[in-house]
Amino acid sequence: MAIFQVNTATTLMDTIETVPIRTVTDIVIARQRGRDRALSMRFSETEATLIATIISELARNIVLYAQHGEILIGSLDNPPRRGISIVSRDEGPGIADVQRALLGGYSTSGGLGLGLCGVRRMVDEFQLETAPGKGTTVAVKKWAR
Amino acid sequence: MTDRPSLPHNLEPSSDASYLEVLRELVAHLRQNRTQLREEWARRIMGAKFLTAMTNDEILAECSAVYDNYLGALETGSIEALEAYARDLSERIIPRGVETFEVVGIVLLLRDVLARSLFAKYGANQQVLTRVLDAYEPAANRIANTVAVGFVQERERIIRQQQEAIRELSTPVLPVRERLLILPIIGIIDPQRSRQLTEQLLRGIRVNRARVVVMDLTGVPTVDAAVANHLVQTVEAARLVGAEVIVTGLSPELAQTLVTIAVDLGKMATVGDLQGGIEVAEKLLGYKVVPISLQSDP
Amino acid sequence: MDVPILKQRDYLIASIQAVLTDRDLLNLRDKLVQQVGNFRSKGVILDVTGLDVMDSFSVRTLRDMAHMIRLRGADTVIVGIQPEVAFAMVQLGLSLEGVPTALDLEEGLAYLGRIPKRPVPKHRP
Repeated sequence: MAIFQVNTATTLMDTIETVPIRTVTDIVIARQRGRDRALSMRFSETEATLIATIISELARNIVLYAQHGEILIGSLDNPPRRGISIVSRDEGPGIADVQRALLGGYSTSGGLGLGLCGVRRMVDEFQLETAPGKGTTVAVKKWAR
Repeated sequence: MTDRPSLPHNLEPSSDASYLEVLRELVAHLRQNRTQLREEWARRIMGAKFLTAMTNDEILAECSAVYDNYLGALETGSIEALEAYARDLSERIIPRGVETFEVVGIVLLLRDVLARSLFAKYGANQQVLTRVLDAYEPAANRIANTVAVGFVQERERIIRQQQEAIRELSTPVLPVRERLLILPIIGIIDPQRSRQLTEQLLRGIRVNRARVVVMDLTGVPTVDAAVANHLVQTVEAARLVGAEVIVTGLSPELAQTLVTIAVDLGKMATVGDLQGGIEVAEKLLGYKVVPISLQSDP
Repeated sequence: MDVPILKQRDYLIASIQAVLTDRDLLNLRDKLVQQVGNFRSKGVILDVTGLDVMDSFSVRTLRDMAHMIRLRGADTVIVGIQPEVAFAMVQLGLSLEGVPTALDLEEGLAYLGRIPKRPVPKHRP
């Protein structure tokens, strides 16, 4: 198991929304939910687009590598700061070479390979748990500016 | 991360029945003497020369509201209503120049006025007084903390808002000609400013339907690698929405930073100074600037 | 979601007005690459105003599309990228390098009109 960074703020349990991811249509649904959540939390239009883009990358990884999984969108409890937490979870093949996946330019599905390392750059907190055959969980947090 | 554990939303949740009973009793006492204690409190506030920005009537009105909220928090153990009131109050009084020491002072005065009243009533019996104070002190401290923290948070929020507004003003996007924008950047750029600058520029490009932007960095003393990367991103983002960016006024230090972080300079059009940049931009847009003397017929 | 493709003189105009799935985008790419040949078009304008998100997949697809169209003998210009979307793209490290962009349809048409005619390849004896 490779774990990056630890949690500093807790996600409010009753705000968590789960979006099952199976098809490319679900990617669109998940990112729209993320955008709606961000806007409802008074994130700016730009930040909401960032969040939608992050979710799009994570959800696509599920469809590409694991076929199915889920995206969890939650609000962070740490007033007066506002934040969103996004968790992407699947029980797919996992990532064998984590360091390489995070460096970018790495991809086994013919993608751009910028997915994970790009996501990591866009968020305030990034946590990855994966092992071959054990699935992949990516948990990220983003604070409103 | 500067995360601070959030305050618990309950005051010493105690199942101790006698504790609750004492608390109820002392709240009843404080409620009975509401008028007198409230006035005493207001007098002390004015005596301490707190809230000089407000009129006496205003102080009295706020005192009533705070007093009732205070008792409510003592009674129910829930500080949520008080928290909301403190936020609302802060929002109203901060623009009038009320300072943190005044707010803390006022809450401590109330704590003192109420404690004195409890002393007067229960002071005869040392044992009862101890129990009353055991119930009162922690609750009163928590309340004082809540109000003070609420005030400081509100202040911080306002300061952040103002910083935002100042930043917005500090980087004007100037339409100088049809389709041409100039973005003179002056001063230190940090990651937040560069983010704001990018957003403003992208909006400006759309609103003005700009095709060329001259970004002048003459006034930027130095940047670190992170900000240099942001600048490159700004140029690329502008291109994505349809405008070409010409960068001018790169100082030797800036040029060195850009080379050190191995920025692909092929992506950036650079011209020595602002004047040269505008000339190039005009050429790109198909303008030809000719002195009037040469313009008149041959 | 099927994206309508308009033919206007020498140009093809595809205007994405709603959110697209990955599959819709691939379909659009295939259709455009096909029709450029059918209509012997000289240029393609792709209006992406309706795209809410441009992630690594959409960017790669659009870039591939522009290159394929180039190989079929036409130029592509992408118009209507929203400021927020552009901002997110550069933050993610995505670029549409080598693909021309313009503000909107009108600017896209103006851009294609400014491109000099391609030189006719010389035949070697």
